Amino acid sequence: MGKTDNNIIHATNLSAGYGNRQIWQGADFSVRRGEFVGVLGPNGAGKTTLFRLLLGLLKPSAGRLEVFGMPPQRGNPRIGYVPQRRPINSELRIEALELVRLGINGDRWGISLPAQAQTERQRALEALTSVGAGALANRSLGELSGGELQRVFLAQALVGKPDLLLLDEPLANLDIRRETELVKSIAGVVRQQKIAVLLIAHDINPLLPVVDRLIYAVNGCIATGTPKEIITTKALSAVYGAPVEVLRDSHGRVAVLGTEEAIHHD
Amino acid sequence: MTSGFSLNLWSDLQTMWQYGFMQHAFEAGTVVAIVAGVVGYFVVLRRSSFAAHALSHVGFAGAAGAVLLGLNPLVGLLVFTSGGGLTMAGLGRKAAGRDAQIGIVLSFMLGLGVLFISLYKGYATEAYSLLFGEILGISAGDVLVTLVAGVLTLAVVAAIYRRLLFTSLDEDVAEAKGVSTAAMNSVFMLLLALATSIAVQVVGVLLIFALMVTPAAIAERLAHRPPVGIAIAVGVALLTTWFGLFISYYQPYPVSFFITTTVFVLYLLVRALQSRRAKGIL
Repeated sequence: MGKTDNNIIHATNLSAGYGNRQIWQGADFSVRRGEFVGVLGPNGAGKTTLFRLLLGLLKPSAGRLEVFGMPPQRGNPRIGYVPQRRPINSELRIEALELVRLGINGDRWGISLPAQAQTERQRALEALTSVGAGALANRSLGELSGGELQRVFLAQALVGKPDLLLLDEPLANLDIRRETELVKSIAGVVRQQKIAVLLIAHDINPLLPVVDRLIYAVNGCIATGTPKEIITTKALSAVYGAPVEVLRDSHGRVAVLGTEEAIHHD
Repeated sequence: MTSGFSLNLWSDLQTMWQYGFMQHAFEAGTVVAIVAGVVGYFVVLRRSSFAAHALSHVGFAGAAGAVLLGLNPLVGLLVFTSGGGLTMAGLGRKAAGRDAQIGIVLSFMLGLGVLFISLYKGYATEAYSLLFGEILGISAGDVLVTLVAGVLTLAVVAAIYRRLLFTSLDEDVAEAKGVSTAAMNSVFMLLLALATSIAVQVVGVLLIFALMVTPAAIAERLAHRPPVGIAIAVGVALLTTWFGLFISYYQPYPVSFFITTTVFVLYLLVRALQSRRAKGIL
């Protein structure tokens, strides 16, 4: 395992956009093995765009991006991905285990042989158990709650034993207790399997106890730093390019005020 | 029909199969039921029932056109549904949800079919059998075409099974994993075109739902695993087709009616049983 192997993502002067529309530009950051990185920023600031670049679904409009020391390529088995909350038909009776299983075999041609199927189901069950969702294995997808579904999606992303996990808004629509539980499960996986996680969220608070670093996407720029460095009135005002204020309560929770006014709308 | 209904099912079937038309009907019906069950399961999973319905109407115009030109209607069906399927796939997966647009094309195609049928100075039964199916009139040649199209469809489904399932259940992740959802969608629409074309012979354009969607909808309600769901869909389609053919031998009423009614009753039964179980009565 060389030094390069620890550096999972490396971006230099990276810009992203669709057609003529620039989303953000001049981003420099890197993510190392075992890091839990929160990705924050207002809607439309290009958080999901960053994921699309990493997945190889979108080409950088300028600059360099390397994932595992190479330009991103679509279908990289070393990346586990949970897109933004997917609609699940409430009548869908297929069990959770089968969805997780697709994380192993869904990109293959043909039909699984019986022996293969047995191994795949075993691995899928292990992945579900690793995120505390072993009991959901045989439940219908349509009857799972939002929090339960997120665990199933997480297990599906983990079952292929990825080195990098990209989670797009996994905490959306969860209550505070479930948010905390899910973040804990994710953090457990990061520490145990020494993988890197990028997690998009709109609220920093559930992430604060576990996150190593933050990536902020605001007003066409990408800023990065540890929570200590970046969640300060001074640093965030610089990121937003306008005076915003960071307040802390006695439990260590933070509130960032003035961000709405600070976002440049076209 | 000649002999009456006896309690010995096997001897009843042997009596029926002495007639070539009855034998062909059972052969074609069996192939169509298997194919419709398999493809239908994915139709329901992908929420593209309406696309299937529309394709059969596109096929009607093709079949009527073929009749007008003195060709085999099955040729017209295959050409038009394939074209229609690829066009829908070209519009993107989301097109399957564009009810209004699909409906507009569907009614245009049906209108075109009516024109072709009226230009054709032959028998009106031609139109009737296209709309409602005429499996008892199926020829040995059609059985062969049905068999080839059916085997081809099943072979392709087997070859792409896992990728097709992935894109049907979980499009975004499949795309990120390097599975081309656009390509899968095109291939699936072609499979649907093939399946629709051969199924039209049995139940006709207007009743395609009965074989393509209802058995699969029953399966979706019962199965926890896709292979089991496919098996149930095939089983239901086979059972209703055979039952419909069997009954129609003794009754003067259309086979399509017996098939659609049987499958509808099965669907209601499953729903009723499930809601009773949900309430804890059963």
